[in-house]
Amino acid sequence: MSDRTRIENSFSQNAKVGWYLAKRDLKRANKWTTGLIVLVMTFTFLNLVVVAGILVGLIQGSEDAQKKYAIGDVVVSQFLNMSYIEQTPTVSSIVQTIPGFKDETVRYSGSAQFESDYRSTIKPGEVHGGIGGTFLGIDPDQEQKFSGLSRFVIKGSYLNADDQDSVLIGKNLLYEYTPIDAPGFQNLKNITIGSRIRITVAGNQKEYYVKGIISSKVDQFDNTVIGLSSEVRKMIGRTDLNAGTIAIQLLPGTDPVAAKQFLLDNGVGEFGRVQTAADAEPKFLQDMKNTFNILGSAISGIGLVVASITIFIVIFVNAITRRRYIGILKGVGINRKAILYSYMYQAFVYALVGIVIGMFLVFGVIKPYFAANPINFPFSDGILVADISGTMLRAAILLITTVVAGYIPAKMVIKQNTLSAILGR
Amino acid sequence: MLQVEHLTKIFKSGDQEIIAINDLSFSVPVGQFLTIAGRSGSGKSTLLYQLGLLDIPTSGKVLIDDVDMVPVSENERTAVRLNDLGYIFQDYAILPSLTALENTVLPLLMQGYTIAQAEAKAKKALEKVGLLDRINNLPSQLSGGQQQRVAIARAIGHDPKVIFADEPTANLDSETSEQVIKTFLDLNKEGQTIIMVTHEPEYAKLAHRTITMNDGKIVSDVMNHKSH
Repeated sequence: MSDRTRIENSFSQNAKVGWYLAKRDLKRANKWTTGLIVLVMTFTFLNLVVVAGILVGLIQGSEDAQKKYAIGDVVVSQFLNMSYIEQTPTVSSIVQTIPGFKDETVRYSGSAQFESDYRSTIKPGEVHGGIGGTFLGIDPDQEQKFSGLSRFVIKGSYLNADDQDSVLIGKNLLYEYTPIDAPGFQNLKNITIGSRIRITVAGNQKEYYVKGIISSKVDQFDNTVIGLSSEVRKMIGRTDLNAGTIAIQLLPGTDPVAAKQFLLDNGVGEFGRVQTAADAEPKFLQDMKNTFNILGSAISGIGLVVASITIFIVIFVNAITRRRYIGILKGVGINRKAILYSYMYQAFVYALVGIVIGMFLVFGVIKPYFAANPINFPFSDGILVADISGTMLRAAILLITTVVAGYIPAKMVIKQNTLSAILGR
Repeated sequence: MLQVEHLTKIFKSGDQEIIAINDLSFSVPVGQFLTIAGRSGSGKSTLLYQLGLLDIPTSGKVLIDDVDMVPVSENERTAVRLNDLGYIFQDYAILPSLTALENTVLPLLMQGYTIAQAEAKAKKALEKVGLLDRINNLPSQLSGGQQQRVAIARAIGHDPKVIFADEPTANLDSETSEQVIKTFLDLNKEGQTIIMVTHEPEYAKLAHRTITMNDGKIVSDVMNHKSH
């Protein structure tokens, strides 16, 4: 026996021969079969990424809109026991010195009662239709620059700086757009452009014309009546310039946490509550995102099992029908690990090609498509959430699962008796 | 040196035991061309499989360079087959998805040669069997004789100590058979040890020595003085 025979075949030798065999098997395999396997892998990958991505995207779309249009990257708001931010003009001037500051909008708000049919005669015992809500005061130009609010006016037109007698009204307050007639839920009926509503705030009452109807899928706008800042301040009895909210936008790449810290370091924390968009995100939204993520992963998991079974069957059928081929390989001295690796490589390549095509579809087609054409859900514009790290993780899961699914049947066939395999017994 | 001591192979079929080879002992010196003859079912192919470490005998020893290969692990047997033994099967047993060159290269790669080195050695082996012009052909593009020559090239490419051939001419016409036998004789002239199972008495006589089997036993073991 030569010295060579005493040397166990190394991993690299087995890997090299395995790859040599796999490459040729793949090259000379039936192209339709290969295409079909790759298609299964691509769909599995898309299932893994897109299902969870869209479910999470429903909430993410809502969060993004909230951040983009309502609260910005950082928001300063009144303390819970206060009705305004103290020394708002000073705070506003500090805000404008944040490194990376882009824009701000100052909003005033007060709890109000809105009535629509207050002019009609009612029978004894009846009450006028009316609802409680927020009367939000804005500077139309500043708000337009910040959130582009006018784009959400679905009927009528946006406010001008001299529209003292006009308001915009959120669609959730109107029966026509939110036709809910459940007990305990009230909204305003028979409101059109030009209708008059009566607003009562802290005993002050005034009639306003409805100039426009807002549909933004952002609660801060859709659940409120919006008027000029000067009007809201008058109605809530504010003689100073202390506002309820200052929403702040930062330049791209600016860290909101650093901006928040800047404001706290400059004493803004003494006048109002300083939060990043993430801080201000309602916990239930995060919970929903986590739930949808789990739900999406569970649905995707089924796809993963199906893909694993597909690869298992493909490799098993391939190995079992080539039992003699495997026997000959072993007969001429090819290590069983090398043969095993060749099947694992094949499974790996199928999965990898499927993933690469899937990646292209996700990042090159589906994600940009949903970004340009969001899914129109009642509470948000759904997008596809697919970040690189999460997608890579899913790709790794698919690769590992596929290779394992290729390993098991190959191992089962390879361990059979060499001579029996060669002779076809 | 290949040596066999009290080699026995028994197949079980239900309650029945079939003694395929029965207590055989002999040795094959380096450089010998040995043919194993006998009628069908005499145990000659079974003996070849035991000698070539493709099967495990029921009892007895198969010694290669004085090392008994019967008790060693499957991995080690595979390594010995790779490095010290070469096989030629009756139906060629070349891999249909690999070209003539790739079939010949594969054992060399397993031995640790680089692809370039393996291809160089494989081409030499294919040249030796007269197939240098068909190296990129798949088995389906080759005749039976050419396929058998690819099998021979694969068997000799890695310079084995012993070549085992199991009725290598059984599926070939007489002209091609003679070419294959001539290849074996040429290899043996270069010092290659060859053990060949054959049905053909005229080919058996060309070897140095012929063992004839019947019912799993050696009935004659003769030196062929007219060999070569």
